[in-house]
Amino acid sequence: MNLYMKFFLMHLKSQMQYKVSFFFNILGQFLVSFAVFMSLSFLFMLFDDVEGFTYQEVLIGFAVMMLGFSLGEMFGRGFDTFPRILGNGTFDRALVRPRNIIFQVLAGTMDFTRLGRAAQAVVVFVYVIPNSGVDWTLTRVMTLVLMIVCGTLLFFGLFVVYASFSFFTVEGLEFMNIFTDGGREHGRLPFSVYGENVLRFLTYVIPLALVQYYPLLFLLGRETSLLYAFAPVFALLFLIPCFVFFRFGLSRYKSTGS
Amino acid sequence: MIELNGVNKTFRIAKRQGGFSRAFRALFSREYEYIRALKNVSFTVNDGEMVGYIGPNGAGKSTTIKIMCGVLNPDGGTCNINGRTPWKNRVAHVREIGVVFGQRSQLWWDVPVVDSFELIRDIYKTDAATYKRNLDELVELLELHEILKTPARSLSLGQRMRCEIVASLLHDPKILFLDEPTIGLDAVSKLAVRQFIKRLNAERGTTVLLTTHDMQDIEALTERIILIGKGQILLDGSLTQLKAEAPKGANAEEMVAALYKEYAI
Repeated sequence: MNLYMKFFLMHLKSQMQYKVSFFFNILGQFLVSFAVFMSLSFLFMLFDDVEGFTYQEVLIGFAVMMLGFSLGEMFGRGFDTFPRILGNGTFDRALVRPRNIIFQVLAGTMDFTRLGRAAQAVVVFVYVIPNSGVDWTLTRVMTLVLMIVCGTLLFFGLFVVYASFSFFTVEGLEFMNIFTDGGREHGRLPFSVYGENVLRFLTYVIPLALVQYYPLLFLLGRETSLLYAFAPVFALLFLIPCFVFFRFGLSRYKSTGS
Repeated sequence: MIELNGVNKTFRIAKRQGGFSRAFRALFSREYEYIRALKNVSFTVNDGEMVGYIGPNGAGKSTTIKIMCGVLNPDGGTCNINGRTPWKNRVAHVREIGVVFGQRSQLWWDVPVVDSFELIRDIYKTDAATYKRNLDELVELLELHEILKTPARSLSLGQRMRCEIVASLLHDPKILFLDEPTIGLDAVSKLAVRQFIKRLNAERGTTVLLTTHDMQDIEALTERIILIGKGQILLDGSLTQLKAEAPKGANAEEMVAALYKEYAI
């Protein structure tokens, strides 16, 4: 953890070297995600609710996905840019250092400009938390925190899967974006609006609905079972196959070298 | 002590084709061609020895180095370095080796090099006293006082290479692998690097294995050379021995060119 902090400071120092670029990048990220937010707002100028969710209720899910994605991307950036890390030899360097490989990839790249998107999510939270009509009990606050933390880890896991694929192929990696960028984009609405099959897929295969749709129902008081409140925790099971897959890819890399 | 015995390595290279549908199909089934990068490579390097590992491009030098570093697993054969198999005991093994990849930097581009050194110290958990002693000594030898506070991006290639070497030696490795350490350097930097490697080997007894295309490196540094071509060890002997066989008056470049010709590589 200590070493991670040192890496963290090095990245911060490096990125602050180009102050203007750094702040414009943050601003750019903020504006891009603001456009997504605007499109959502326009939608609700036309309709009062989507599948039984009001504007404020939808915004909670939107902000959770946005914050989870941007934090996952900020810390897991090394896995997001993994093909490059493999290509330019940085990964071979990691292999000759006496530390855990996943830790080194994780610590090796961080991108603070993603804070722009995170800031957007925070702004939405500031607006929506008092205005959503949610009765904020201690359990509900905890559920919201779990949604964000587990959402971050889930997106992180998806980046690890993405990285693992690049051990095998350099072609056709784009399809993974369906789950990462796609998860973020479609996550602005509760996942139930996409129909039963999509919801089932996002529950049992790529458990994005476990950090967004189900706990949202609990926050809104539509479900009272604690199972819904703790649904985000179950999503973490997804990380196990992610890391197993990465290990498998790594052993293959070491025998093929490409 | 480095002992390689009958090391084999074959790469499977996918045949690539254009087009989206082919690329998609390639996810599931592919055609491959096989390239034998190393064939039955064996050699032994004793502690404190300095060895030049030479051969034309694509001969298998980097593959051998990667195997010795634990980055690649061979298909067959054994490799024993200081009593360990690199790819089986990666963490313990890499603690005792230093690696310089001449064409790839391990320094942080935008921060002062001394910050990079400190991070490397923390990665290796080198204790403060050892770190300080090594840093002072290396900085002194390589004359780096003035550039310690300079970010790597502002350094000249020669300065950066010297910093790369320092970065690889801060944790007191017993073995140093240098993959083309003098590539692209000017005359002064080349001399500085060579002189330094020589002193390192003489004073600390560090085992050095270096690959290079610069025959003056070999002449200046190593008594022993190992020649590899098309994945096979073709010659393992001393430079003097080689000189005796070569036509009179030939310089190192010509000698090696003659060798390459003789073995048709």
